[in-house]
Amino acid sequence: MPPDHNLDDYVDPYSPGHRHGGPLRVGLGGPVGSGKTALAAALCRTLGTEYDLAVVTNDIYTTEDADFLRRNAVLPDDRIEAVQTGCCPHTAIRDDITANLDAVELLESRHPGLELVFVESGGDNLTASFSYGLVDVQVFVVDVAGGDKVPRKGGPGVTASDLLVVNKTDLAPLVGADLGVMRRDSAAVRGDKPTLLISLREDPAATEVAEWVRQQVRARALQEA
Amino acid sequence: MTAALLALADSRLPAGGHAHSGGVEQAITAGVLGDPASLATFLRRRLTTAGAVAAGLAAAACRAADDAAALGALDAEADARTPSPAQRAASRQQGRGLVRVASRAWPDPAWAALPAQPHHPLALGVAAATAGLTPRDAAHAAAYLAVSGPATAAQRLLAMDPITVAAVTARLSPEIDQVADAAADTTAGDLPAATDPLLDLLAEVHAVRKDRFFAS
Repeated sequence: MPPDHNLDDYVDPYSPGHRHGGPLRVGLGGPVGSGKTALAAALCRTLGTEYDLAVVTNDIYTTEDADFLRRNAVLPDDRIEAVQTGCCPHTAIRDDITANLDAVELLESRHPGLELVFVESGGDNLTASFSYGLVDVQVFVVDVAGGDKVPRKGGPGVTASDLLVVNKTDLAPLVGADLGVMRRDSAAVRGDKPTLLISLREDPAATEVAEWVRQQVRARALQEA
Repeated sequence: MTAALLALADSRLPAGGHAHSGGVEQAITAGVLGDPASLATFLRRRLTTAGAVAAGLAAAACRAADDAAALGALDAEADARTPSPAQRAASRQQGRGLVRVASRAWPDPAWAALPAQPHHPLALGVAAATAGLTPRDAAHAAAYLAVSGPATAAQRLLAMDPITVAAVTARLSPEIDQVADAAADTTAGDLPAATDPLLDLLAEVHAVRKDRFFAS
C-alpha cells in the first residue's frame, strides 16, 4: 500500500479500480550490488515449485540480470523478461512504468495461470521506489557492506518499503558493521513494517523472505475472495 | 491550442517514450552523433523524414478518430512507411503505452476504434481527438515528439549539457512548426512517405545489440 495514505477509506476516482485476478506483483529494489538478483534467484528456486511465477528484470545493461537468472537455471527463458530503461532505471519503475507494465502483461498473457511476478529494478540509490501502479508490494534490499548507517539515512526505499531486507550479514564482522545498530535504526524509521537481516550466502533459499512472500500471496488471495 | 496539447507532448507523460532514443543510441555508437552540432543535424534529419510521416499519420488519424476501418487502413499505411521491423515494433510499443495513459486521461468510445497496439502516430491522433484537439495539434505533437525524445536520449548517453540540448531542441521550433503545418491537412489519400535509410539501418543494428540502454 502507498506509504503515505490510509487506503482503508480512500477511493481513487480516476483509477479503474482494484486489479482483479492476475498474479501478485512484487517489486525488488535497492542499491547496486546489494543482492537483488541473488534474492530473485533464491526466491525463484524456493517458490518456483509452489507457484506459477515469472520475473521482469530492469538491469541497466538490459540482459545482465536476465542472463544471470537463466545461467542459474532458475526459470525457463519464457518466464523472464528484460526491459530497457533508457539509462533511467528509476524512471522505469516509478515515473513511467510503461515498459514494465508491458513486460508483466506479456508474461501474464504467455502464462495465464501466473500467480507471482517479481519485478527486479535496476540498481539505484536509496531514493528508488516502485510505483504502486506497477507492483502490489515491494521489497528493498540493502547490504551490510554498504555500511551500518544505511538504515539511519532512510530514504523512501528504507522507510516505506513493505519489507526491508538487510543482506550479507555474514560480512558484518569483516566490515565492522553493527547488526544491532542496523536492526534498531530500521525499526526506528519503519514503524511496524518488517525488516529481515539475512545472508544469502548462508541461506541460499532465502527462507524468511520466501515466507514473507507466501504471506503476501495469501493476503492477496483473501482480498480477492 | 489548449493545455491538453501541452500535456500530450510533455516528455513526462508516462507513455513509455523515455526508453526510446529514436536511433540516437546507435548513431552515437556508429560515430555519427557526438556533439550539439551533429545532434541538431540528426534531429533535423529525423524531423523531416520520420517526423513528417508521423505528423501526417497523426493528423489523418485525428480526423478519422472514431472510424475503425479508416484507422485500420492508416495502421497499414504506417507499416508500409516504416521499412525497419525494429522501428515498427518500437512504434507499436509506444502506441500501446500512449493508449494506456491517454485512454485513462480522456475516456472516449473512439478508443475502441483503434487496432490493438497501434502505431504511435495513430494513438497520438486519437488522443488528440479525444482531448478536443485538432489534426493540426496532433501533427504538432507528433513532429515535436520526433525530436524531443531523441534529444534527451543524447543528453543522457553523452552526458551533454542539458541546457545546450534544450537550446538545440527549442531552436528547431520553426522547423517543427513547418513540418506540422505541412502535415495538418493530411488525409489517408495523401500521406507523406519520406524515409531515411540511415535511420532504418541504425534501428536494425541497434535491435540485435545486447548492451543497449534504450528499447530503440
